[in-house]
Amino acid sequence: MILPFIIIIPLLAAFLITLISGEKDNWAIVLSILAVLSLLILALFSFFTTGDETFIYEMSGWKIPLTICLVQDALSSFMLVIVNLIALTSLMFSISYIRQYSSPWMYYALFMLLITGMNGVIATGDIFNLFVFMEIALFAAYALVAFGSKAEEYEAAFKYAVMGSISSTLILLGVGILYASTSTLTMANIAAELQTVNSQVTYWVAAIFLAGFGLKSAIMPFHAWLPDAHSSAPAPISSMLSGVLIKALGVYAIIRIFYNIFGAPAVFLTLFMVLGSISIIVASYLALGQWDLKRLLAYSSISQIGFILLGLGIGTKLAILGAVFHILNHAIFKSLLFYNAGAVELALGTRDLRKMGNLKGAMPVTTGTSMIATLSVAGLPPFNGFFSKLIIIIAAVQANHIVYAIIAVIGSLLTLAYFIKAQRYGFHGETEITEFRQTISLGMKSAMIILAVLCIVTSLLIIPGIRELTLDPVVTVIMNKTGYIQAVLGR
Amino acid sequence: MTVYVLCFILLLVGLYGALTKRDLIKIILSLSIMGYAVNLMIILFAYRTDGSFAILVKEGSNPNMVDPLPQALILTSIVIELGITAMLVALAIRLFQQYKTFDITKIRRLSG
Repeated sequence: MILPFIIIIPLLAAFLITLISGEKDNWAIVLSILAVLSLLILALFSFFTTGDETFIYEMSGWKIPLTICLVQDALSSFMLVIVNLIALTSLMFSISYIRQYSSPWMYYALFMLLITGMNGVIATGDIFNLFVFMEIALFAAYALVAFGSKAEEYEAAFKYAVMGSISSTLILLGVGILYASTSTLTMANIAAELQTVNSQVTYWVAAIFLAGFGLKSAIMPFHAWLPDAHSSAPAPISSMLSGVLIKALGVYAIIRIFYNIFGAPAVFLTLFMVLGSISIIVASYLALGQWDLKRLLAYSSISQIGFILLGLGIGTKLAILGAVFHILNHAIFKSLLFYNAGAVELALGTRDLRKMGNLKGAMPVTTGTSMIATLSVAGLPPFNGFFSKLIIIIAAVQANHIVYAIIAVIGSLLTLAYFIKAQRYGFHGETEITEFRQTISLGMKSAMIILAVLCIVTSLLIIPGIRELTLDPVVTVIMNKTGYIQAVLGR
Repeated sequence: MTVYVLCFILLLVGLYGALTKRDLIKIILSLSIMGYAVNLMIILFAYRTDGSFAILVKEGSNPNMVDPLPQALILTSIVIELGITAMLVALAIRLFQQYKTFDITKIRRLSG
């Protein structure tokens, strides 16, 4: 049974790091890399062995309505792979990047807590437990956003913390109402009980959850905190926040709750489509006007989350496949772009596109990988972003949502436009840069190269034979609305 | 029913404060009020008129008792809120050291 270890390993690592590390961060690095590497191996193992099955772990020997249970199915192991993959590359990038700040060992302890929270949210089958793990992840995230100890970072962290605690309060209210109406906290039991409860309860609770988790995943009307928080954090943390935190806490929770618990009510699917397309268009438009590279990437995250939400809203099998695939792809290329931005910031000391110039000769790895990531996010053929966006657009056309398909196409074109701007000014500008503050270390380079290779390799997942083994079980879990109840409760 | 409505009004008071106040400390207090409102509401869901405590009930009898689970939930949520409030206050102190003010309209170096 590997599920409890998914949570125990990073939690233990977090406490051991605070115990054993002194002024130097060597032991902290070794411990955290070991922890995340073992987590990635466990996650990959569970992903390739789970298939269509569901494994349940019941804590401390109690049976299901009484205990907190951990659920491992295709969807959760898929998300675990994404989280731990990005976490590993992010740690590789951190090693030399974080040494510019004071007391780097604290960073690794907080980083492990962040992973604990996200893995917990993904693995748990208990709705209050989900809330608790979410708070652990958010607490670490607030501290990590403020880690640079500059005025802007405190400001962004405060804004993030205020928005985060408002949304957490709303989610707690929703959990309370669900408990009052169903007398249980296990998600599968709630789903089974809700079929007998007045459907108005479902709508009210779903509305509260949409506001709560919408704030966490930064869907358009709830997005205001994201550009500040994600652009102020240290670069590896930006990539964790943009790449996986908004997906684990926001999109994954939305999928679990709206599809597996509430059974995807049609009203909310329409709302997902509307909010998703607003996110795509408005965030792309706002990104066009940014001159701060990391801020541009943060707005781009909002717009890509819009694509995922649009796919979830259309709700056909093909659209869900596109959304699930886009979750993976966005994690990979957005993390890579944030590493590029971090490397440039480390070397030049600026994030302003106007102060950058021609980096082709001086930073070949950064420039090359950023080009791959740009082509991928803009959706050009051999790269992974093309396939997921294409699937979502085709699914929209097939489901007779022509307007949404057009919006998605316009969104992709706008994405291409603002990334061309970033490339043109940031990496292929006219001024030759000769002075560098710091060189890019091997760890940072290898993190970027790994993700750049993955940008191409993951597009293989769409080949039918491979898709049936990897993405299709995930789609089945999401589409099969009563399957989750049967799988967990064994009825 | 009235008590739930009153709790909801308390929640809205907290939300109003968090969204409209300009002082960092008042924002933190408003967030605490929101948290208290939700905690109170969940405790009230578990309340039974004239119910006894679960720990005092003899085994085998089937009396009217208060649901103990929400009390455990609230204990957890209070601890979490304490942590978040401590974090917010620490951030507010650092912001004051940097900007020499608690007024959020003067704390805006981030834009766009």
